[in-house]
Amino acid sequence: MADDPLPVVGQPEAGPAGSALTDIAEEVVRFPGGGVAILRSDALFHWAQKSSMWPLTFGLACCAIEMMATFAGRFDLDRFGIFLRPTPRQSDVMIIAGTVTIKMAPRIRTLYDQMAHPKWVISMGSCANSGDHYRNVYSVVPGVDHVIPVDIYVAGCPPTPEALLEGIFALQRKIMEGDRAGA
Amino acid sequence: MPAPEIVAALQTRFSATPTALGVELPSSELLTALRALRDAHGYRYYVTGTGAESATSFEIVHAVRNLVSNDTIFVKVSVGKDAPEVDSAAFVYAGAEWQEREIWDLFGVTFRAHPDLRRILMPDDYPGHPLRKSFAMDTPWGYRPQTSETPEAAS
Repeated sequence: MADDPLPVVGQPEAGPAGSALTDIAEEVVRFPGGGVAILRSDALFHWAQKSSMWPLTFGLACCAIEMMATFAGRFDLDRFGIFLRPTPRQSDVMIIAGTVTIKMAPRIRTLYDQMAHPKWVISMGSCANSGDHYRNVYSVVPGVDHVIPVDIYVAGCPPTPEALLEGIFALQRKIMEGDRAGA
Repeated sequence: MPAPEIVAALQTRFSATPTALGVELPSSELLTALRALRDAHGYRYYVTGTGAESATSFEIVHAVRNLVSNDTIFVKVSVGKDAPEVDSAAFVYAGAEWQEREIWDLFGVTFRAHPDLRRILMPDDYPGHPLRKSFAMDTPWGYRPQTSETPEAAS
């Protein structure tokens, strides 16, 4: 009987309240009796990735001061599951905070290559975006995207912590869509 | 202002010309003058060393200080622009070693008998000496750092 609809066994998740997966509640089908739910693996993995972004502790210039302020108690990135990691092996997000010099560029490339997949890059501030007023200086790379693929560009000189937060939220939305600049 | 008697002593012994903050010397007398300042006059502290480019020459400036009298004197030598070369002060003042590396890196002035004359600020494979007036500002545009070749780098 090909026309018969398949029997519905599970129930859609009731809503944000009482669920651990609030951001992807519409994806979750929970089975009666508890203990079992069905959802797309992509939705679950992307939700997990965007909820536990671990950036590499890594500052290049004055933008790093604003980045540190963002990580400190007033803005408190811990509440978004963001913890700084001191090694690229444990990181999945790289925040380029400051002017990229020609001498630093190979080190940035090495750190980026050492990060495990999947990985994302936030370019923070005008210098990392384009070189800004150091663009024509003999020692400066005009934009970190000459060295590594960049997911999110945060404008500002330096960006305020709120701007960096907005960039982080934009990256979370991008992760939820399964998108990334790198491989 | 350096102590006038020190400048006068240097003028007596060397062919030194007084400048606003010290003396200018022919480069052949630089090391003996620095030794005299260090050993005979008590200028035992190397403050800084720097370079400048004028229309006709490169100028190398060593600043040394007597920590007892709190007096600082600037000793300047000029070298020609073709194959600029000057004696290294690193064996008189150990602190001069990295300053001279920086001058060599940015101005391309060679220091004779320097213990370790390598670039200190710019990458080892950097083309040219960027603070020279003849350095073209568009040079870095053609220069890109070597990046590692990895599978993810290709995409």
